[in-house]
Amino acid sequence: MSTTMNDSSERPAGAKAADGAPAPARIAINDLDFFYGSHKALTNINLAFPTRQVTGMIGPSGCGKSTLLRVLNRMYDLYPGQRATGQVMMDGVNIISPDIDLNQLRSRIGMVFQKPTPFPMTIYDNIAFGVKLHERLSKSAMDERVEWSLTRAALWGEVKDRLNGSAMGLSGGQQQRLCIARTIAVRPEVILLDEPTSALDPISTLKIEELIDELKRDFTIAIVTHNMQQAARCADQVAFFYLGEMVEAGSATQMFTTPRERRTQEYITGRFG
Amino acid sequence: MSATLAAGPARDARVADQLSRRRRRASNMVKLLCLVATGIGLAFLALILATLLWLGVSGLSLTVFTRPTLPPGSGGGLLNAIVGSLIQTALGTAIGTPIGLMVGTYLSEYARGSTLGNVVRFVSDVLLSAPSILIGLFVYEVAVQPMGGFTGLAGSLALAVIVIPIVVRTTEDMLALIPVSLREAAVALGAPKWKSIVFVCYRAALDGIATGVLLAIARVAGETAPLLFTSLGNLNWSVSLGQPMASLPVTIYQYAGSAFDDWVQLAWVGALLITFGVLALNIVARVVLRKRT
Repeated sequence: MSTTMNDSSERPAGAKAADGAPAPARIAINDLDFFYGSHKALTNINLAFPTRQVTGMIGPSGCGKSTLLRVLNRMYDLYPGQRATGQVMMDGVNIISPDIDLNQLRSRIGMVFQKPTPFPMTIYDNIAFGVKLHERLSKSAMDERVEWSLTRAALWGEVKDRLNGSAMGLSGGQQQRLCIARTIAVRPEVILLDEPTSALDPISTLKIEELIDELKRDFTIAIVTHNMQQAARCADQVAFFYLGEMVEAGSATQMFTTPRERRTQEYITGRFG
Repeated sequence: MSATLAAGPARDARVADQLSRRRRRASNMVKLLCLVATGIGLAFLALILATLLWLGVSGLSLTVFTRPTLPPGSGGGLLNAIVGSLIQTALGTAIGTPIGLMVGTYLSEYARGSTLGNVVRFVSDVLLSAPSILIGLFVYEVAVQPMGGFTGLAGSLALAVIVIPIVVRTTEDMLALIPVSLREAAVALGAPKWKSIVFVCYRAALDGIATGVLLAIARVAGETAPLLFTSLGNLNWSVSLGQPMASLPVTIYQYAGSAFDDWVQLAWVGALLITFGVLALNIVARVVLRKRT
């Protein structure tokens, strides 16, 4: 318990994920600490998110994986008393530095939450809302964008005849795909998924997982999940968190077959957590 | 512990039966009391409405809407009072609602836990329960005196002061009900805070806020005391905001206590109009809001 996980020699492990093929890191976290007031929730995190790959973040509740996700789009900035120190590098810029334009950052790093959060407006407006924040599109270009994002989110066929209907009338699984569509409509580079299927039934879960597989062709994805099978199915790279530390990270295959750390082994075989 | 419980003595069926019967008796008793209480409340409401209809409808005629108030016995109506009430209520609401909305938004979104926020909330709550005659006197001091006379504008201002705390309270309460996840979802798309408030939170809270505004309208439409010191009432036809202005409540107040039968009759008609006007407004708003959601 007292040993520190990633000494610097192991740091690039994450960057060379999936099947040993090195992919350039879209985002690289260096020596990140995070605090809720005086409580330290993350300690010395080092992790790289390879471009156009899925990074799965696993670990027991309260281990800090969601916290880490909320660092990447600076969601913690909404709450005074929460702060991060260290480096989160994207395109040579430390995105946790105070002089970053948060709205612009969040248009590049989108997020989908655990519970579907459709806005109380039409399906069309749900998508258009985010786009309008960052772009000025003509009506026809906006129509196109709405269709494009709904198609990418595998929802177009189900909603194309009721785009002007309320988004609240969709099923939970449809709402979650709408939220994904809304996120990709802004055309981010990175998508953060915070347990996106934990409130959904198995069929909807399957659809979302297929969607993730499809989306990684264009987007770098980070997904927090409590579901080990999901991590195995979706992720190229997996990072295991425990008590605010990142125990280890590696390719999904390696992590689920030959984890280096005993705690990882114990967690993925269900001995705790 | 659980083992001793499981192995404990069997339950006495007779005792269980007794207890269950006693519980049911108590439940029925309380249910009856609730029904009686509801009945008493509804009975009074029905009685008021029946009295209004009984005494008001008989005086209802076209002249009520076409002629202004006239001296007793000359067949006057309530036109100036109706129009005056409409103007002052509308203007009061139009002035009070945006201010209330902004203060409520400030309290809910920007001043959580801040000292200034707590002070503003406290003052607003005090204002909410302040006697309305006090508000009349206040506006008399700050508007009527300086302007040199009773005016419709002063009446509207007095009503606005009543509208503000009602809208503040409902706006804050309704915004507070919006889940954090919805705000975060808007922010996560790159929306600045004000846009997430205006385009997402307001929309989610629209029903509640609109209900608050309606309650405020219903409340000020029947206010008498604040108008006595501000717009005073006007027996002649006038729609000028710079002149004393008639209103239904004040006219009812003046007419109901008079010695002339036709004036007393018109007072009842006025009361009927206010009551059913507010009722109609509520019904219309409910229908419109239901269609939207």
